[in-house]
Amino acid sequence: MSDLGADIRRETLISNADPMDFLSLLKPRVMSLVVFTALVGMVLAPGAIHPVIGLIAVFAIAVGAGASGALNMWYDADIDAVMGRTAKRPIPSGRVQPGEALNFGMILSVLSVMVLGLATNWVAGGLLAFTIFFYVVIYTMGLKRRTAQNIVIGGAAGALPPVVGWAAVTGGVALEPMILFSIIFLWTPPHFWALAIVRKDDYARAGVPMLPNVASDRSTRLQILLYSLLLIPFGITPFFMGFGGWLYGATALIGGLTMVWWSVGILRADGEDRLRKACWSLFGGSIIYLFAVFAALLIEWAGGLAWALLRGGLA
Amino acid sequence: MSAPQETEGLRLTDEEKARRARRNKAIAFGVAGLCLLFYVITVFKMGPAILSRPM
Repeated sequence: MSDLGADIRRETLISNADPMDFLSLLKPRVMSLVVFTALVGMVLAPGAIHPVIGLIAVFAIAVGAGASGALNMWYDADIDAVMGRTAKRPIPSGRVQPGEALNFGMILSVLSVMVLGLATNWVAGGLLAFTIFFYVVIYTMGLKRRTAQNIVIGGAAGALPPVVGWAAVTGGVALEPMILFSIIFLWTPPHFWALAIVRKDDYARAGVPMLPNVASDRSTRLQILLYSLLLIPFGITPFFMGFGGWLYGATALIGGLTMVWWSVGILRADGEDRLRKACWSLFGGSIIYLFAVFAALLIEWAGGLAWALLRGGLA
Repeated sequence: MSAPQETEGLRLTDEEKARRARRNKAIAFGVAGLCLLFYVITVFKMGPAILSRPM
């Protein structure tokens, strides 16, 4: 006869987690975007940072983002369990205990802030701490289950990495990183609402008031278009401010227009299948858009650096 | 002579033991990595000044 008490005790006392489960608590795919945008914020900043210290700073920002992901998964384990997209995450699937994820997230949060503060400066360290706080406390605990504007306001957390990267070099904040912040901030709603339309039933089951669940279909589609339209002027601002060149300007303009095109596709889609297809186009395409505009800035910076080295070498 | 008594407490399966070993290794690498990280930060923050100190 099986002893139920012993089985339960076994479940709670023995960790079945693999190191890879802890790694997936860090949301590696989100981390890659954070690393990329933070790096761009860092290279665009005036002033110099030792490449090794710069690398450590990017690493610390990535770990901080990962830590906030782990804390998010700890708090949201109950809703993750009822959503198809997230049910296989380490906590709902039982491979990692909630307490383990909480400790892991807290320790990494403290360490990442400490490393960034010590390696660069405490403005950057403080901004990273604020980013983690904003994502975990303001977004995850405060907004996500309460308002349809959850990802609009919460998007600020995802938009902060270039500001943190800039601060790591300069020790302060300026208009340029705030423009980069606003690009990611305005990019977030169309990106997540496209997903939320497709996963509407999932969110309804979990009781998360995403916009498609609480507003009319038309209103959601119009708001997606509105944010995509706003993205065009903000997207090309770096070109007019002079820290984005022609390559960037062209990428941001074509990318912005394509985002609007995809959003119009969602607005005009009739029938379930066409709508799903249009939403996936915007969801996937928006990731490419963000990578493209930041990559353009990075390429221009690298080109400028190579040109300066070449001229220096020839002179 | 009576059979040796079962050790009290929970016994890990081979899979659980393997996972625990992998977790332990990950923690070891994590701690070692952190030491290395602080060492590298110290060296690169101080730069050449690291050598100019009274002996």
